[in-house]
Amino acid sequence: MPRYMLSVFGPTERPEFGGYPSREAMLESFADTGAFNDKLERDGHFVFADGLEAATAATTVDGQGGEPVFTDGPYLETKEQLGGFWVIEAADLDEALALAAEGSKACRGTVEVRPFQTEESVRALLEP
Amino acid sequence: MTPSPDAVPPATPSPDESSPATPTPTTPSPVDEAITRAHREEWARVVAGLARRFGDLDIAEEAAAEAFATAVERWPRDGVPPNPGGWLATTAARKAIDRLRRESLRGAKYREALMTRDDAAPPPRGPIEDDRLRLVFTCCHPALSMEARVALTLRLIGGLTVAEIAHAFLVGESAMAQRITRAKAKIKAARIPYRVPSPADVRERLAGVLAVVYLVFNEGYLASADGKPLRAELSDEAIRLGRLLRTLLPDHGEATGLLALMLLTDARRAARVSPAGELVTLDEQDRDLWDRGLVSEGHALVRERLAAVADGGEAPGRYQLLAAVNAVHTHALNAGETDWSQILALYDRLAAIDSSPIVRLNRAVAVAELDGPAAALAEIDRLAGSLDGYHAFHATRAELLRRLGRNGDAVSAYDAAIRLAGNPAERAYLSRRRGETAP
Repeated sequence: MPRYMLSVFGPTERPEFGGYPSREAMLESFADTGAFNDKLERDGHFVFADGLEAATAATTVDGQGGEPVFTDGPYLETKEQLGGFWVIEAADLDEALALAAEGSKACRGTVEVRPFQTEESVRALLEP
Repeated sequence: MTPSPDAVPPATPSPDESSPATPTPTTPSPVDEAITRAHREEWARVVAGLARRFGDLDIAEEAAAEAFATAVERWPRDGVPPNPGGWLATTAARKAIDRLRRESLRGAKYREALMTRDDAAPPPRGPIEDDRLRLVFTCCHPALSMEARVALTLRLIGGLTVAEIAHAFLVGESAMAQRITRAKAKIKAARIPYRVPSPADVRERLAGVLAVVYLVFNEGYLASADGKPLRAELSDEAIRLGRLLRTLLPDHGEATGLLALMLLTDARRAARVSPAGELVTLDEQDRDLWDRGLVSEGHALVRERLAAVADGGEAPGRYQLLAAVNAVHTHALNAGETDWSQILALYDRLAAIDSSPIVRLNRAVAVAELDGPAAALAEIDRLAGSLDGYHAFHATRAELLRRLGRNGDAVSAYDAAIRLAGNPAERAYLSRRRGETAP
């Protein structure tokens, strides 16, 4: 079954309550997201899901030279960063979009839906 | 598209489907006409059938183009086959299999395709099972950009060449080819499904399809960019798509409504631009130039929808209401006989389902006829915030100000409208009106 990554973005500098208006709102969203994850598991869509620490906790590594170079912070310098994601399996994009809409509602964020490469698409890359 | 020989694919089979069409022969032979007709009637069916069988729009498009090119080559020599559609479908399927055979990496797909032995089987003809409907919904999928949807629909359903689409939208040919290639790649990579949406989603998704068709129509009818004021090939193509959608979805009132709206608008095409290349507004049009055949066809469709709604059907949506507005306009023998209270009532209903400022602007035009220009001006001045960048807002304002004798203000409004109007015929009209308005 095709796999999709559903990514949620948020501000690089996380405000109080992670950007939610209040502690209660944050807990409510966590509960909704948890219920959504349960549903994904029940219906056989769930592969993986988790939230990320703030991007300020990221370290960027370039190991292509002789000695690896470590840089504090995320790879992209943007106002918004990946905040969490789901990896799901869905029959096609329509199903993935419908699930993303539910996830978006639960986590109170915009969701980007992106297909994973498949064996076939990687093979096509190798052919001229 | 009109039965123009431009629609015929290149005479020489060429791997580049965007190469220019064959030169227009002065008097098309019966074979040329048969090819043109087959292209018009069968292109979408051939592409859609291949897409279902091979699950790949690239293969479907290329094999269909090759099959038509083969027809151009063979039919003049061997004669037109008794069943042109079947001949094209079979030839295209062979072309597709040839290509798959050449591409070893698609070995699995090739074997799968060979196993479905429906080479000679007629394609399904029932509306819901019609592959063309699946193809329409795939091309107009909401996950694609509007530009991509338009280009894909014109290429895969309409059968226009990439060169024709590029020309119609004043885009370079390679840019248009890339736009189509990218869209097909996204459909494949993201697995945009090839199917008619579920009954729960079909209405919303159909609205998206109709929006694509209406955009194509409007681009042809009042082209937004510099160039020819009318691009008949786009309007004709949109009407053809509209007819197809009505055939495929006879129970969806909005599909019929859009077709009626386009027919009643297009009926006025000959009266809409003067020989001098200036836009002629509805009230000044020579109504003898209207295409009576299109008007009566449009009126019949509007009557059909009115009867269906009166019969307890679903309330009319925006296209049915706009078609009804145009039916009222085209019913009047002269501008003075226009039933403006009907038009206002229809715009009130439209505003109830679509409160966009453009609907309110059009509604204000009816208000001006019924309650006078001052009342209408008061209404549209409230829209200034959202419509300041829209030429029709300033043009409508200019007319109202002129009627109120506020000529200085009218001239500034004309200036704003001229600055924003992209269409040359519209600019010519506005410039003349501005010249006639003594400040």
